[in-house]
Amino acid sequence: MFHWLEKNPFFFAVGVFIVIAFAGLIEIVPNFAQASRPTIGTVPYSTLELAGRHAYIKNSCNACHSQLIRPFKSETDRYGHYSLSGEYAYDRPFLWGSKRTGPDLHRIGNYRTTEWHENHMMNPSALIPSSIMPGYKWMFTTMVDVDTVLAEQITIANAFGVPYNKAVPTKDGSTKIVKMGSTLEEANKLALEEAKEIVKDMKNQDVKDAVSAGKIPEIVALIAYLNSLK
Amino acid sequence: MENRPLEYDYTVAKMFMVTTIVLGLVGMTIGVFIAFELAFPSLNLILGENLAEYTNFSRLRPLHTDAVAFGFTVSGIFATWYYVGQRVLKVSMAESKFLMFIGKLQFWLYVIGVAAAVVSLFMGYTSSKEYAEFEWPIDIAIVVVWVLWGVSIFGLIGIRREKSLYISIWYYIATFLGVAMLYLFNNMEIPTYFASGGHGDIMHSVSMYAGTNDALVQWWYGHNAVAFVFTVPIVAMIYYFLPKESGQAIYSYKLSLLSFWGLMFVYLWAGGHHLLFSTVPDWVQTMGSIFSIILILPSWGSAINMLLTMKGEWQQVAASPLIKFMVLGSTFYMFSTLEGPIQAIKSVNAIAHFTDWIVGHVHDGTLGWVGFMIIAALYHMAPRVFKRELYSKSLMATQFWIQTLGIVLYFTSMWIAGITQGMMWRAHDEFGNLAYSFIDTVDVLHPYYALRGIGGLFYLAGFFIFAYNIYKTMSARPVEESELQNASPMGA
Repeated sequence: MFHWLEKNPFFFAVGVFIVIAFAGLIEIVPNFAQASRPTIGTVPYSTLELAGRHAYIKNSCNACHSQLIRPFKSETDRYGHYSLSGEYAYDRPFLWGSKRTGPDLHRIGNYRTTEWHENHMMNPSALIPSSIMPGYKWMFTTMVDVDTVLAEQITIANAFGVPYNKAVPTKDGSTKIVKMGSTLEEANKLALEEAKEIVKDMKNQDVKDAVSAGKIPEIVALIAYLNSLK
Repeated sequence: MENRPLEYDYTVAKMFMVTTIVLGLVGMTIGVFIAFELAFPSLNLILGENLAEYTNFSRLRPLHTDAVAFGFTVSGIFATWYYVGQRVLKVSMAESKFLMFIGKLQFWLYVIGVAAAVVSLFMGYTSSKEYAEFEWPIDIAIVVVWVLWGVSIFGLIGIRREKSLYISIWYYIATFLGVAMLYLFNNMEIPTYFASGGHGDIMHSVSMYAGTNDALVQWWYGHNAVAFVFTVPIVAMIYYFLPKESGQAIYSYKLSLLSFWGLMFVYLWAGGHHLLFSTVPDWVQTMGSIFSIILILPSWGSAINMLLTMKGEWQQVAASPLIKFMVLGSTFYMFSTLEGPIQAIKSVNAIAHFTDWIVGHVHDGTLGWVGFMIIAALYHMAPRVFKRELYSKSLMATQFWIQTLGIVLYFTSMWIAGITQGMMWRAHDEFGNLAYSFIDTVDVLHPYYALRGIGGLFYLAGFFIFAYNIYKTMSARPVEESELQNASPMGA
């Protein structure tokens, strides 16, 4: 059979394809629907949080930080409850990372504050003297692109049924509605409302002025995103 | 007329040889630079605060991985294909104007795609998925380049004189099919500009998969990109170049059959070992572990087949630096494909995952196996495609030893770093509290990061010697009249 295949490239290629496609089908397909179901209390990202997530991705934070707490005592001691599949239901893309040059961030919202992030992102070694993380000063002057965030929200709400503007159950039995704008003006207004809450705890005057003037520096969005990771 | 040997046309092979070397230099230089950034963080500001965004570790890291994977390695795959393909199929590119056009078109589109990829990654356009960072317009360009390569492969096969496909061709076909399948499914994304009716950045897209599913698809891709870019086509190369260079026949046809079909079947299952203790289903994780162990068989099958091809001819290893590259390359392949399965055992993975040991593992495979094999292939090809004797054998030997030393420094330092940090993360004191804060486990890595940088620097220095040697071969040697029969001055 092999000699015959080696003289018939078409059937050879078909044979190879079947052999390599087999494993993917069996591993990925069966659990697909179940794995995309959210846990109770997991809500979609707000406009500002999603903008922060974009800043996180743009700067490849995931090259050095994981967002996956493994079920070991040493990890739950350090980072909190181990990660659950449904908590990632609205993560497109997933940001688990593959290398912890810095610590895990999956529940950083539980133990770091806006003020801490502001100081740390400006100059990490000011807080942790031997830190090898570089500063991200440009995030204080680069503005977020709310229109792209809105584009993503419209896309995922339409294509994947992400429940924006809908009541989503929370852990205490109540419901929560995460709003999304239908126009750029609305989206800007929503993001700005959140940004104003964040900058209350910040001290950088340029950032405060920018938000007062209706613009949102990346750092504000990033902090909103990191605070949402719980 | 009938007895005249075929005149092969290496135009496209030469073009891809140039990009192999140029992109290798770029990717490895960035790699060495970011390695030193981890040891000496002030390097993040090497061009000042204003350009810090572009010299920062996190922005450069995807540029390093993509430049060496999609630049250096993929160029090497194309370059060797446009050399090996003609020779084992006994047909010249010059016989088909169409295939020649396709080959050149593929090259120029590839160059445009690389340029667009570099610019967009510097600007921060990334999908965040490892080795699949490119945004959708570049993904489309990559698919087009890949399809053109497929046309070239099957076109050349279609007009072949030698009816039976040589082993290398099996592996090139598998590379084409495997990468096509993986790349397409992992990059399923919706461009948000079009889906939202014209909002936002046209480059932006959103993944079709969420969370755990996205991770599963990504590591099915990520692991098998390693299979179909760093393993399968490199095996294709060694099956051609080692027998050619050494004048020895392949040791066992049956072993190559077993290794080929075994590798094809087993490799794809093993992706789950990147997700051990994560939220993907337990049975997927266990399958990933088990198949990783089984994977030793076909991997070692190929490597042993190569080493036994040298049976009775080991004096060639001493005499020829080119044979040294290939024999040590096979050895690193064995080493790396044993190390990988060990790391895929759950209890080992609990320590190794997220640490530098994984980085070390990737590099002993890529530097020792992929890098050495592509370097050897280009050294074998250069005299034949340029019709000039190779410039310097002693430079080649120097390069071999410098790079080997570099690899040894690299993986030993990363082993120590990874296992040390992994053990420190999990250490508890006698009261059950964590023994070390996170920064304690970073401080301890400094000497290993510095040593790793030096190892990388050695490898890079060797690569510069390689580039110089090839450049001199192209320019300094007189052109010979016909194709050289004993092109490499190895026996001398």
